[in-house]
Amino acid sequence: MRPEHPPEIPIAIHDLTVAYHRKPVLWDLELNLPEGKLIGIAGPNGAGKSTLLKACLDLIPKTSGEVLIYGKPYHKQRDLIVYVPQRESVDWDFPVSALDVVTMGTYRQVGWFKRIGKRQRITARDALERVGIGHLADRQISQLSGGQQQRVFLARALVQDALIYLMDEPFAAVDAATEHAMIEILQELNTQGKTVVCVHHDLATVSRYFDHLVLLNMRVVASGPTKEIFTRDHLQKTYGGKLNLLDDVAEALKNLGR
Amino acid sequence: MNWNINDFYIIIVGVLCAMACALPGAFLLLRRMSMMGDALSHAVLPGLAVAFLISGSRASSTMFIGAAVAGVFTALFTQWIVRFGKVERSAAMGVVFTTLFAIGLLIIEKGANQVDLDARCVLYGALEYTPLELVQLFETSDYLVQIPKAAVVVGATFLLNGLLVALFFKEFTLSSFDPNLAQTQGFHPQVIHYLLMVMVATTTVAAFEAVGSIIVIAMLIVPPSTAFLLAHRLGPFLFLSLLFAALAAILGHLASQSITLFFGLPETSSSGMMATMAGLLFLFVWLFGPSGLARDQKAKLLRSDDPPALL
Repeated sequence: MRPEHPPEIPIAIHDLTVAYHRKPVLWDLELNLPEGKLIGIAGPNGAGKSTLLKACLDLIPKTSGEVLIYGKPYHKQRDLIVYVPQRESVDWDFPVSALDVVTMGTYRQVGWFKRIGKRQRITARDALERVGIGHLADRQISQLSGGQQQRVFLARALVQDALIYLMDEPFAAVDAATEHAMIEILQELNTQGKTVVCVHHDLATVSRYFDHLVLLNMRVVASGPTKEIFTRDHLQKTYGGKLNLLDDVAEALKNLGR
Repeated sequence: MNWNINDFYIIIVGVLCAMACALPGAFLLLRRMSMMGDALSHAVLPGLAVAFLISGSRASSTMFIGAAVAGVFTALFTQWIVRFGKVERSAAMGVVFTTLFAIGLLIIEKGANQVDLDARCVLYGALEYTPLELVQLFETSDYLVQIPKAAVVVGATFLLNGLLVALFFKEFTLSSFDPNLAQTQGFHPQVIHYLLMVMVATTTVAAFEAVGSIIVIAMLIVPPSTAFLLAHRLGPFLFLSLLFAALAAILGHLASQSITLFFGLPETSSSGMMATMAGLLFLFVWLFGPSGLARDQKAKLLRSDDPPALL
């Protein structure tokens, strides 16, 4: 047990390095994500944001370092943590209904070999109601819009009922109504004391949505309460010379009056 | 056409064979790795040859073990080449299966030349000859009920595949649709992947005798592709895959006995005609199915009170 990573921390990352084909994507990360916060992870393309989430879930091999979920390695804490992948990571032409996909979130409770029962289907239906698309439960997933597909993924995460939610760009290419509905649910989870971590692209909404912010570009540039971290100086360090992006940043900062 | 008990035997073998292939084929299609069926059906050849050389027998059990081992190795080699060679998956498959197939042919030519393990037979099968080897099912005072040995082999394979799919239905579905979720839920999608590879490899071997290693690809992929055009759920998708498989086999044999005669030519290969029929069924559904090309798509959309989702 390391003193700098106490077990009450939901996600403690120590000395994490991840490389693809010998090219480092994450370099020597040292990070504690606080409990019960809405946490945003921002950074330029290729900064390793998705990789960070996947490394926390043992979906990709770590070159070095470790990730502790409430003080223990991930494989002992599977039930505490839920992953919502990017929407494009699955094949939406698959012949299953929205309800089928949400039910998949209950497979771990059901266990190997056993069939899903009425109880799981009711749980799944409730979750679809909660994200506002209960009426689309029996529709094939290819007939859903992008926003509706993202809601299906959120509903699937809800039925898994965990303490930590890791979401990879949940707001990418969704309509405004979906974005609004989803952030409301995330805030609800937050008030229940759950920890929600989102990879986020849109700097204009960062300070409105998240109370804790991690700025990432291969290393952790800054991490802390959004109010302290979301500054011109830090953003410049994170996004570097990407000028057009910096213009967006300037715009976002101006809206904040800073 | 001259209809006799042999036609019945051929159809039984063909139907069971096509249905046995359709089940693992359906999941290959869902995983977008249909070419893996092609690869495996070729790559099992060295497995068969080595199994034969070691055991000295052509018994089905040793052949199945050889095929299963070769299937796992094919999947492993493909994985390694993708990881270390930095090439895309289909290219890696192409490298692995052509190499293994060539090695298999060499072993057969050099090592097993004097025996009845004929490359031609492996490639094209011998559906017409399956009635020559019969086994007795049961005997009553009046009848002696026999079926071809090949029907027992492919029938058992079909049952086994059906059992595995039923048992692992949830796991197959999850790891095909979203391997990441399967992984985070602790379902080991890799295990399911190799299980499917072994299923495909052993099924192709069971089908060798009947339809040969080339036409088995049509049995694996074409009926599920046809079903995919029609079904919106997994259950109906699997059911339709089996249905189209059986239909292709029945129509195929009937056509092989009648169509060419119609043109004044001798009867043609049943297995070849079965694959052709599978293709024609696909073409028919593609053109005239509910969302087929021949339908007026725009009119259908306008009529529909449930327009496709926007955005």
